[in-house]
Amino acid sequence: MKPAPFTYHRARSVSGAVGLLAELGDDAKVIAGGQSLVAMMNFRLARPEHLIDIARIPGLDAIEREDGAALRIGALVTHHAVETADLGPGFRLLPDAMRWIGHLPIRTRGTVGGSLAHADATAEWCLLAVLLDARIVAEGPAGRREIAAADFFQGVFTTALEPDELIVEVVFPRPAPRSALTEFAERKGDFAIVAAAVDLDAARIVLGGVGPVPLRVPRAEAALAAGAAPAEVGAVAAEEIDVRDEPGVSAHYRRGLTRTLVARACEEAQL
Amino acid sequence: MTGGAVTGPRFRRDGAWVGASVPRREDPRLLAGRGRFVDDITLPGMLHAQFVRSTVAHGWIRAVDLDEVRAVPGVVAAFSAADLALGDITALLDRPPHEFVPTSMPVLARDKVRFVGEPVAIVIARDPYAAEDGVEAAVVEYEELEPVVGDTAALADGAPLVHAEAPRNTLVDVSLFATEGIDEVFAEAPCVVRVRSKTGRQNALPLETRGVVASWDDRDEQLHVKTNTQIPHQVRTVLARCAGLDEKQVRVTVPDMGGGFGQKCVVGREEIAAAAAALRLRRPVKWIEDRRDALTAAFLAREQRYDVRAAFDADGRILALDADVVCDMGAYSCYPFTAGIEPLMASAEMPSVYRVPAYRVRGRAVTTNKAPTGPYRGVSRPQYVMVVERLMERAARELGLDPVEIRRRNVITVFPYTGVNGITYDPGSYRESLELCERVLREEGWYDLRDTGRVIGIGYACFSERTGYGSGAFAQRRMQVVPGFDISEIRMDVSGTVSVTTGTMSHGQSHETTMAQLVADRLGLDIAQVKVVQGDTDRITYGFGSFASRSITIGGSAVAAAAEKLGAQLKEIAAHLMEVDVDACELDGDGGVRLRDDPDRRLSFAELADVAYLRAHLLPKGVGPGLSATASFDVPGDGTFSNATHGVVVELDPGTGGVEILRYVCVEDCGVAINPKVVDGQCRGGIAQGIAGALFEQVTYDAAGQPLAPSLMEYKVPTASEIPDIAIHHLETPCAFTANGAKGAGEGGTIGAPAAVLNAVNDALRDTGVELDDTPIAREAVFRALEAHRG
Repeated sequence: MKPAPFTYHRARSVSGAVGLLAELGDDAKVIAGGQSLVAMMNFRLARPEHLIDIARIPGLDAIEREDGAALRIGALVTHHAVETADLGPGFRLLPDAMRWIGHLPIRTRGTVGGSLAHADATAEWCLLAVLLDARIVAEGPAGRREIAAADFFQGVFTTALEPDELIVEVVFPRPAPRSALTEFAERKGDFAIVAAAVDLDAARIVLGGVGPVPLRVPRAEAALAAGAAPAEVGAVAAEEIDVRDEPGVSAHYRRGLTRTLVARACEEAQL
Repeated sequence: MTGGAVTGPRFRRDGAWVGASVPRREDPRLLAGRGRFVDDITLPGMLHAQFVRSTVAHGWIRAVDLDEVRAVPGVVAAFSAADLALGDITALLDRPPHEFVPTSMPVLARDKVRFVGEPVAIVIARDPYAAEDGVEAAVVEYEELEPVVGDTAALADGAPLVHAEAPRNTLVDVSLFATEGIDEVFAEAPCVVRVRSKTGRQNALPLETRGVVASWDDRDEQLHVKTNTQIPHQVRTVLARCAGLDEKQVRVTVPDMGGGFGQKCVVGREEIAAAAAALRLRRPVKWIEDRRDALTAAFLAREQRYDVRAAFDADGRILALDADVVCDMGAYSCYPFTAGIEPLMASAEMPSVYRVPAYRVRGRAVTTNKAPTGPYRGVSRPQYVMVVERLMERAARELGLDPVEIRRRNVITVFPYTGVNGITYDPGSYRESLELCERVLREEGWYDLRDTGRVIGIGYACFSERTGYGSGAFAQRRMQVVPGFDISEIRMDVSGTVSVTTGTMSHGQSHETTMAQLVADRLGLDIAQVKVVQGDTDRITYGFGSFASRSITIGGSAVAAAAEKLGAQLKEIAAHLMEVDVDACELDGDGGVRLRDDPDRRLSFAELADVAYLRAHLLPKGVGPGLSATASFDVPGDGTFSNATHGVVVELDPGTGGVEILRYVCVEDCGVAINPKVVDGQCRGGIAQGIAGALFEQVTYDAAGQPLAPSLMEYKVPTASEIPDIAIHHLETPCAFTANGAKGAGEGGTIGAPAAVLNAVNDALRDTGVELDDTPIAREAVFRALEAHRG
């Protein structure tokens, strides 16, 4: 469990990091908190030739609330910083959701940008981004662009980021005072078997653990918009997903968890 | 090691050390990060080892090419089995061929690999990173064979053979008991219940993984092996045999250990290979097992299949027990216990705390293409207790009896009791612990909560645990290595302080504290004046280390006996110097000897030691110089039985199948607790591991024998979030023949927890018609049971 040899680069600016990415191409990986990458490197499942450390780039660790109510979170903001931030009632979902992420040591090192770029389909930040119509701000050699969360997650651990692009921040454009995220796993801190996030005002439901990316469930969302009770919304979502039997978790069980968790998220969001 | 400052209660009110919750002397250094574990040891010129491991579960090795390994920057050497030419590790039982098939475990796989992760070659490098780079460069050609991945497949007709010498992949097949007429008992009994149970393969998972630092010393002409083993002398023996050395040429010492739980109680191949490499290279070699190897290639345990029937009369009294036990021991038989460890334990002890008049059992160990197994805290008892306790609950249900009542009618209450298994049980508090445990849960109101709308269940486990197996008990197992006794040497130095050896080996159990408490009371000293020496084959005559809850019962009794001999010597010298009869002298409890009738006349130990060493001409005639004594202890008869009842309250979540433990009560009786706080720690840690087996942990493989849980993401060891507060109540039934009446306390927690948790879950499912008998309990199974019931 020691990584293969690699060359370490410390980026001092976003443009510096982007320049390194452009120069080193596919052989390079960006590291911030390292909570997923280092474990994969130790198992030699990931073996980048170059590691570009962005952790000390100044200016990427701010949480800002704009006048127009949008929330901007820098890519290097840690889960723990969000967990302990007062973001007001409109964004209380974000700190609340952080408690589902791993354990405290992981939350103190893992970053928002890293979680989005890693794109685990059960990761809380990925669900939240899709739920809240977040825009992921990426910088590449041609400058900055914004990618809608709906377009960002493209497949298993695959995003719309170009190899020479770096996430610099994520923008949550609208508050969601009546929203909730809940999960089920056997142990606290594990990746969820199923995770469900609900925004009642947007009639939006996003699921983790039922597909390669965070998935919306349009029929359940329609039921929610039509005023269906939480249990009914959950039942529709459970019917709607396309899941298969897997070792240890049958499709039936995953549907059952979906039914329960969507209903519970709807109930929690009303509180 | 004398430990740091001691704070808190030091004595009991009567002045005795034994029975006081003396703060652990180990803690100041451990809590301050000043402990010394294997990985803290660095020697000049030290190299680092890593292993090339099999990537296939079963196959012939056609070629091992290490040339490219040796060319990797930083790699110093690489050795295959052929390069090191070491002897094999072979553990034996004295049993006939139809009961036991001897097999050998090569240090490095030679012709055949038998599990994914099996060491095939050792790579020695400047640092651990280069060692892994070297491992990657190895080219090993395998001719793959069909793997045997489960016990059922292993026993199937025409199954491939893991070891050619073992037909039907069966290493052990014993039918230890078969009461005459048992079939008639079952035929006529008004109530017969049956439990079929499969328990998950587990890893003892010590926080500190296995490791070794080995170096050859030209001046001592000795290979010094520093390793975190529970059995230093047995490591010495095996290493000497494998490497062709005299035992005097091997010294095994043990630094601080971060847990062992049995996994470090067998001789591993990696420490032998690393030591052999150090011998070959004449340079220090360190090997530290990483977590992936610990999860996939270390000794595992507990994967067993039970099919057990029990017959009861109409009043709920058990009439007979008929059991078939198959243990999936994986690829190799472990040294010194052999693959018989689990089936022999289950077969010998299954009647548990109950008066079982008729008993029949067949126990088998099958070999499969999985990582091998060794002992793990409790050894089979967590499993058979679970099965027997399920039988009790099932019979209670059939007969309309309360689950506590049916146990009350069956537990042994008159001692000594000789069971159908030929074992004589010394006195315990089986019924008392059961009744107290139930009373606590009733008084706390859990039974009221059980009758509300929530899905709540209450479960019990009532059990005993043989602790301190003596030579006689292990001889009955017919092991060729019979680890029964312990030898202790005590020595007083010129200043009047004491050092005492023990052949037992603390891997976290606080021997530096508890053994010192025993000596302090025997000699009337402060424990600060007692140094406990363990884990050094050059300083300790011989020992079997620590396992089977033997440290206090056997090691402690030897320590106490040695201290008493030394006390007698001190009195004899004092009597001579004070010119009185020895019977007129007594130890004064304050580091001296005084006259019984004139307490002001005394000689301190320092004064006596001064005479014994520096002015030996003043000693009485016939008394030699120096102050030292040796004593040994072996357990008479069948040993001593600790006992406990565990009571658990769980709540199930119908929406997810989630299981939450709301309350855990343990009523335990380990005789006289030498240090109650240490006993509590043993209970809590053991219960956590038992809960792990009931609800979380499982080593799994795919159909090709590839391990599916190579990290702690997949191997779900519970964290502090999953383990509830545990209430511990103590009862005290002293042992008649150990020092101070202590019984073992190391394993009980682990033994009771799976049964109690499983029973509680089944109680919560009582209205569903579903009963779950396998562990770890699948949340999906709970979900489905509740879903079907609620519609």
